[in-house]
Amino acid sequence: MTKQQANWSPYDNNGGSCVAIAGADYCVIAADTRMSTGYNILTRDYSKICKLADKCVMASSGFQADVRALQKVLAARHLIYQHQHNKQMSCPAMGQLLSNTLYYKRFFPYYSFNVLGGLDNEGKGCVFTYDAVGSYERVGYSSQGSGSTLIMPFLDNQLKSPSPLLLPAQDAVTPLSESEAIDLVKTCFASATERDIYTGDKLEIVILNADGIRREYMELRKD
Amino acid sequence: MSKVAVDVPPKGGFSFDLCRRNAMLSEKGLRPSSFLKTGTTIVGLIFQDGVILGADTRATEGPIVADKNCEKIHYMAPNIYCCGAGTAADTEAVTDMVSSQLQLHRYHTSRESRVVTALTLLKSHLFSYQGHVQAALVLGGVDVTGPHLHTIYPHGSTDTLPFATMGSGSLAAMSVFESKYREGLTRDEGINLVTEAICAGIFNDLGSGSNVDVCVITKGHKDYLRNHQSPNPRTYVSSKGYSFPKKTEVLVTKITPLKEVVEVTEGGDAMEE
Repeated sequence: MTKQQANWSPYDNNGGSCVAIAGADYCVIAADTRMSTGYNILTRDYSKICKLADKCVMASSGFQADVRALQKVLAARHLIYQHQHNKQMSCPAMGQLLSNTLYYKRFFPYYSFNVLGGLDNEGKGCVFTYDAVGSYERVGYSSQGSGSTLIMPFLDNQLKSPSPLLLPAQDAVTPLSESEAIDLVKTCFASATERDIYTGDKLEIVILNADGIRREYMELRKD
Repeated sequence: MSKVAVDVPPKGGFSFDLCRRNAMLSEKGLRPSSFLKTGTTIVGLIFQDGVILGADTRATEGPIVADKNCEKIHYMAPNIYCCGAGTAADTEAVTDMVSSQLQLHRYHTSRESRVVTALTLLKSHLFSYQGHVQAALVLGGVDVTGPHLHTIYPHGSTDTLPFATMGSGSLAAMSVFESKYREGLTRDEGINLVTEAICAGIFNDLGSGSNVDVCVITKGHKDYLRNHQSPNPRTYVSSKGYSFPKKTEVLVTKITPLKEVVEVTEGGDAMEE
């Protein structure tokens, strides 16, 4: 009897970490720019952050070929939405669309781990966090990717969020100011880079607020 | 071996007592535990008056950096050092074991150890374990016959070379050596070339990182340059610093005195041994 399964894999893991933090009137989304496979660095300057709409940004780690395919699908669906409704999609709507798009490929998933950040219709910061097959939740902050196991406990300690089971529902946004949140994100990545071999090179930070969208960069360890 | 069934304490070597149990467990689907690996860049070269060894200082456990500043250049004898890559426990154990054998040999002969002696001890040990002792080594030293540099693979094969690299960063480091090595390098040129080769591993191989260690061995003298270069400082420290004040909340405290629950009887059976 010959072997019946495929002995190759269509997936790879290109590593990298993503973080998003929602505040009262801002949202910070950050990811490192290293893309790697195995023990090799493919490039030190690859953006994992994709602007999906005016007030909606996605950061994705995992398999970057799948991530690119996913981004193209979302861009196409968003273009159709704009033609039909003559407006930009809101961040919660994009959150639902991303979940549906991921679940559509439930049995041959996009190998991508996403965080979606942006501003909702009231201008409040919002963060949605996903697994590879579309399970998602609105939270105050989140981390995904190879360094998430190092970053998430630190965020939990610093930004302990109210239980989603509390009644009446509590506001999940963090009490930090925008500059404090950026400072926290920088510390997260500097620390994750110390201990996670797949995180490093450069940090890209996208800040969304009432003034619009802004980008910042910070150098990380390159080893 | 004697047939007398007495409990003599084992005198070194490996214990294979658990092999049958482990084989049974793995047959039932238990995955064996992972080891601390030094996904590593180690190098060595011969220059005009001796040997220079170099190593990075990162130890990894899968994708996590377990030690940011470990030592990979091991002492063998006053005139011989050895860089180790592979499972950290194996490189350490095998170099410690051989260095003590060399010490005893020196007491016996009252002569300086030779590099070939260390080489033979290492390779015969590694060969007898058929590659299961996962140590890939770069051995260098200066003895009465001159400078020597060898590489030793986990299965026990060896090479004798003017310049050598080992570990996961060996390709990155070798590309530097292949393009820049020549015979008769000066001490400073040699140190710089070794540093550059290690840096190639540190920056281009994810298994290697942090600092550069260098060891220069010449006739009758050695310089162990621990953290010769530190090209990877932390890039960001928050100006405010962070506090971790949130303790676990105590909701209820209830103390049950044991004496009221448990009956204490005096003078029970004495514990054996």
